[in-house]
Amino acid sequence: MDYFFTEEQEMIRDLCRQIAEERIKPVRAELDEKEEFPHEIMKALAQADLFQIIIPEQYGGLGGGCLENCIAVEELSRACCGCSTSYAASFLGAYPILLYGSEEQKEKYLPLIGSGEQLCAFALTESASGSDAGSIQTEAQKDGDSYVLNGSKQWITNGGEAGIYTVVAITDRSKGARGASAFILEEGDEGFEVSKKEKKLGIRASTTAELVFNNCRIPADRLLGREGLGFVVAMRTFDKSRPGVGAQAVGLAAGALDEAAAFARVRKQFGKPIITFQAVGHMLANMATRIEASRALVYAVARYIDSGAKDFSKVSAMAKVFPTDMAMDAATDAVQIMGGHGYMREYPVEKMMRDAKILQIYEGTNQIQRNVIGQELNKEYGRKK
Amino acid sequence: MKIVVCIKQVPDTAHVRLDPETHTLKREGVESIINPFDLFALEAALQLREQAGGEITALTMGPPQAAEVIKEAIGYGVDEGLLLSDRAFAGADTWATTAALAAAIEAMEGVDLIICGKQAVDGDTAQVGPGIAQRLELPQVAFVKAFTEVAADKLVVERQMDDGYDVVALPLPGLVTVVREVGEPRPPSLKGKMRAKKYEVPVKGAADLGLAEDQVGLAGSYTQVVKVFAPQASGEQRMLEGSAEQTGAQVVDLLVDNQVIVVGS
Repeated sequence: MDYFFTEEQEMIRDLCRQIAEERIKPVRAELDEKEEFPHEIMKALAQADLFQIIIPEQYGGLGGGCLENCIAVEELSRACCGCSTSYAASFLGAYPILLYGSEEQKEKYLPLIGSGEQLCAFALTESASGSDAGSIQTEAQKDGDSYVLNGSKQWITNGGEAGIYTVVAITDRSKGARGASAFILEEGDEGFEVSKKEKKLGIRASTTAELVFNNCRIPADRLLGREGLGFVVAMRTFDKSRPGVGAQAVGLAAGALDEAAAFARVRKQFGKPIITFQAVGHMLANMATRIEASRALVYAVARYIDSGAKDFSKVSAMAKVFPTDMAMDAATDAVQIMGGHGYMREYPVEKMMRDAKILQIYEGTNQIQRNVIGQELNKEYGRKK
Repeated sequence: MKIVVCIKQVPDTAHVRLDPETHTLKREGVESIINPFDLFALEAALQLREQAGGEITALTMGPPQAAEVIKEAIGYGVDEGLLLSDRAFAGADTWATTAALAAAIEAMEGVDLIICGKQAVDGDTAQVGPGIAQRLELPQVAFVKAFTEVAADKLVVERQMDDGYDVVALPLPGLVTVVREVGEPRPPSLKGKMRAKKYEVPVKGAADLGLAEDQVGLAGSYTQVVKVFAPQASGEQRMLEGSAEQTGAQVVDLLVDNQVIVVGS
């Protein structure tokens, strides 16, 4: 399929494909096995200017949007979702600064993120606060010219690898969800520590860690936007980032199809390649069809967002929920088609199946995505009366 | 630091076949690439620029389509490029090639360091780098695997040897040829590739370099390729079987018995 990319978008795709083939594929199994952060790959992505794609030109970036991000993430995910998560999480952390940062904040942080000199991370989730983001406990108290943070954040992607963190904390508990605010934290801020690194089912090249704030004092100018905007910052960030998770799913599923189809052509049983058996051929046909449908949805929503659309929570949620459910099915079917081979760690599809699961969970579970879509439908049809 | 990197467009040797009739290279339909060893030269130059600042020019000699490798080098992040292209350059051996390359480097003025790959995968001579240094009367170190000290007037480098490495100080201006240990070539960059799209590669011919036609190309070459052929396997062939120790001992016996190795005096 030709999605009529610009020359620049084609360059992003080709460069990411080259890095995925030459640098990620040869090491993905080892990174997964050792649960090792892909420092070399992040360095290569930085050298290739790929951390610049969503950074505006006035801060040294390439000024791309959601579609450019999706194109890059899809290609990297085709090889390894652990690596693509480490990459994409830097943008997840950068979006709050892009969307709500002051001129000074943008000038200070965006060039560091764009050059890849520092990775970024976004910290919202806590041990007792997942989908119910309103229940976060971490507090930030204003004290003169500074804020003092106390509490902890759980399962933070790039925790310990990032130099810049955007953190959501409560500044006024009496105001409920409107009492949260977003802050920029830097590695090395006094009282800010990264503790436990988690062990995971999949995306094991990506680092997931706990952040602990113990009387962590930061200058007041680290506040993003104004007090009380914390949840708005988080929600607008997710609206922008969700199609990227959809793109990860498209890439992962396409990678699974690559493996399963190539295998089915050479694997012979009953004297014939198994791809000629209708049972297998139909499974591959379903995978390919649903991948293309997901890809078309992700690109269409990304383009819609980049066109300057104001209200896109619903379609953004759709661009996450459909592809990620599809990817879980595609990876599972790839393992099934490859049978015993697929189940062995010698082949990449069992890793893809483990990696696929997180896509249905992070950046808002697929159940929450359906809530978002349902609420929007309720509003839309309410207006139509 | 002003750096010149010499690069060469070569057929992608991974896909080159010999014509069984004529024993010549079948170049039709074979993609052209930057000589893989020259990518290490580019990487070394980019590393040195990161460390010491300065400017990198990629230099090549070849037919007009060799402008592609200059554009590719721009994609990797070099500052400028120069293509030496002229009918008079055709058929050059390494002697005539170095005449043109050295003249071009001399004309640039103020070049501190010339970096070449250790050899090209099509000719495999490894002569052009040292030849340039000789013509420019510059000190040179071949097979460099690391740069341990970088100063304005001096480099300290590690030269790979069969049994380890030498540490060599090289006063600048000078020339090095590099081996793969110098560092894995980085990927091209998006900004570089975008610049490469629009970059117009400057081209110079023999006259621009002040060279006479008999100094370059076939006329300026002392060697001629008379024939290219694939060597035929000949003689007796034997397959030894058994453990490594057994077959190893048998090989030694065979070599001694056939007087390939002469033991004692």
